[in-house]
Amino acid sequence: MSADLAEGESRLLYPPPGLPPGGDGPAQAGPADEDLRVVAARHPGRWIATAVVGVLLAMVVSSLVTNDRWEWDVVARYLTWPSILEGAWATVRLTATASVVGFALGTVLALMRLSRSPLLQAVSWAYTWVFRSVPLLLQLLLWYNLAYLYPVLSLGIPFGPEFLFFDTLDLIDKFWAAILGLGLSQAAYSAEIVRAGILGVDQGQHEAAASLGIPRHRQVRRIILPQAMRSIVPTAVNEVIGLLKGTSIVYVLAYGELFYIVSVIYGRNGRVVPLLIVAAIWYLALTTLITVVQYYVERHYAKGALRTLPPTPVQRVRWEIQVGWSRLTGAPVPDGVPPAFAARVRVGRWVAPRGGAA
Amino acid sequence: MTGGLLEIRGVHKSFGLLEALRGVDLTVRPGEVAAVIGPSGSGKSTLLRAINHLEKVDRGFVSLDGELIGYARHGNTLRELTEREILRRRTRIGFVFQNFNLFPHLTVLENVVEAPIYAQGRPRAEAEAEARELLARVGLADRADARPRQLSGGQQQRVAIARALALRPAVVLFDEPTSALDPELVGEVLGVIKELAGTGTTLVVVTHEVGFAREIADTVVFMDEGVVVEQGPPDAVLDNPASDRTRAFLEKVL
Ligand SMILES: Nc1ncnc2c1ncn2[C@@H]1O[C@H](COP(=O)(O)OP(=O)(O)O)[C@@H](O)[C@H]1O
Ligand SMILES: [Mg+2]
Repeated sequence: MSADLAEGESRLLYPPPGLPPGGDGPAQAGPADEDLRVVAARHPGRWIATAVVGVLLAMVVSSLVTNDRWEWDVVARYLTWPSILEGAWATVRLTATASVVGFALGTVLALMRLSRSPLLQAVSWAYTWVFRSVPLLLQLLLWYNLAYLYPVLSLGIPFGPEFLFFDTLDLIDKFWAAILGLGLSQAAYSAEIVRAGILGVDQGQHEAAASLGIPRHRQVRRIILPQAMRSIVPTAVNEVIGLLKGTSIVYVLAYGELFYIVSVIYGRNGRVVPLLIVAAIWYLALTTLITVVQYYVERHYAKGALRTLPPTPVQRVRWEIQVGWSRLTGAPVPDGVPPAFAARVRVGRWVAPRGGAA
Repeated sequence: MTGGLLEIRGVHKSFGLLEALRGVDLTVRPGEVAAVIGPSGSGKSTLLRAINHLEKVDRGFVSLDGELIGYARHGNTLRELTEREILRRRTRIGFVFQNFNLFPHLTVLENVVEAPIYAQGRPRAEAEAEARELLARVGLADRADARPRQLSGGQQQRVAIARALALRPAVVLFDEPTSALDPELVGEVLGVIKELAGTGTTLVVVTHEVGFAREIADTVVFMDEGVVVEQGPPDAVLDNPASDRTRAFLEKVL
């Protein structure tokens, strides 16, 4: 029987011309090759797990809806409150500026650390050591109090005459104190990320670039960094998301970012939980945005590392619709849809086994 | 293309306590094809890298048409050149690596034009036209827009050869160009090198393919333990080796 079945199956897959497929019933007429369907395997374990998780999820949702202490009406009202929007925008500005400062300086520090000059190496090492060791909160307060150390900042020739003078209090307001604190400490972490990325690039790439006589700065910018980006980007995005949430620490400077604004409002009206939810929703939304950007940035740097790029979610949805449509209407699948994709969509369809042996 | 005169004199190179090169002397005349053979670890790669100044030598010197590669000579002192100057002189030497070392994130065409444009300052249009000619010469005219990982090993190595030739080098160094390839792909790469051998460019080819060495080389150089043991025309070195070490090596590989 089992040998029979195995033979029948193989014939089902590759029916020799002129022979009816399936060895079980002569009554069964042989379908043409193109009528053969792929039958997906069943996964009972997966279904049970799905059911368990589904129930848990329903419980969470139900408690969110039925417990009126969440005060969703308050949440909804404050979600787009003008000062909340301003706070969210301030958070975005802080995150973006501190990320740029952090990664620009971090890249410089990484290149210093990898340079052949012992002094540059030592300075880079010491920078990372100091800025990684001192708590961020403490750094922020120190920068904010810079005017106490240096009431006037000036531009001039080192150890020589000075000609441009600035009042420190004017120059370093709350925003710039926050940027200095966040950006400079971020640079210490970014430096390590960028350095690891550069070290991850195959030594042969450095040698090939050098053997071609390509100028040093061009080797770094064109050959090494783009390849390093592939391993830098995922970690870097983690850092940016950390920074986004980390900006809430700036509330100690009473700077009007999202968390500070929220705490001011609930200090006045006592609706603590709903306002915290408002802030959480905004952080969630902004993180989602960063994650979407990450997807496309990673895809960009995957060029060359992969033989073919995976489709974007947008392409995937479009092809899914196109394939679905042609299945419904019987129209041919449009040209742009990759055959592998069209085939994979078809696999999901359940087709009753023929012949009755199974 | 006119080939360069390559002179290697008394070159020593150590890695820690290990002496990889212990006094190598070799002259390769303009347009000559030298095949370097020898057991693994005998210093063949180190010698090629020293010629290109990828490896700084401890003693001795390498010169191309009388110009020292990493140094300027002032009387009896050798002064090391700045990195910029070394990079400029390196553009006279093409290097083809065992593992191709193509830039995977750039297209084939971008790989080939990078150095002519940014190391030699040639106009992009001219560099691209010449790159397409070179790609046609190695049989890859239609793959200019592909990326290296989309090509077979043999195709990648042919792109690497085109990339090295794009500098219009006086000397091209090959470090075991076929030993990372599947056997059926070896022929296409050797074919390209063979064609190059007739064009007047000086070639130094480190190879395991003794038959190929016999076919294309004017001189076969046998290295062992960091020195040149024997050198001469292929039939002399390969058929009647003067040294027992050469004979022992040839018995093993043939
Ligand atoms: N960068 C390096 N550091 C330490 N040892 C090295 C290095 N490069 C080569 N060597 C050693 O030098 C010797 C010669 O190596 P190599 O020139 O690669 O030989 P071949 O190419 O003839 O096989 C070997 O013993 C090798 O291990
Ligand atoms: Mg070698």
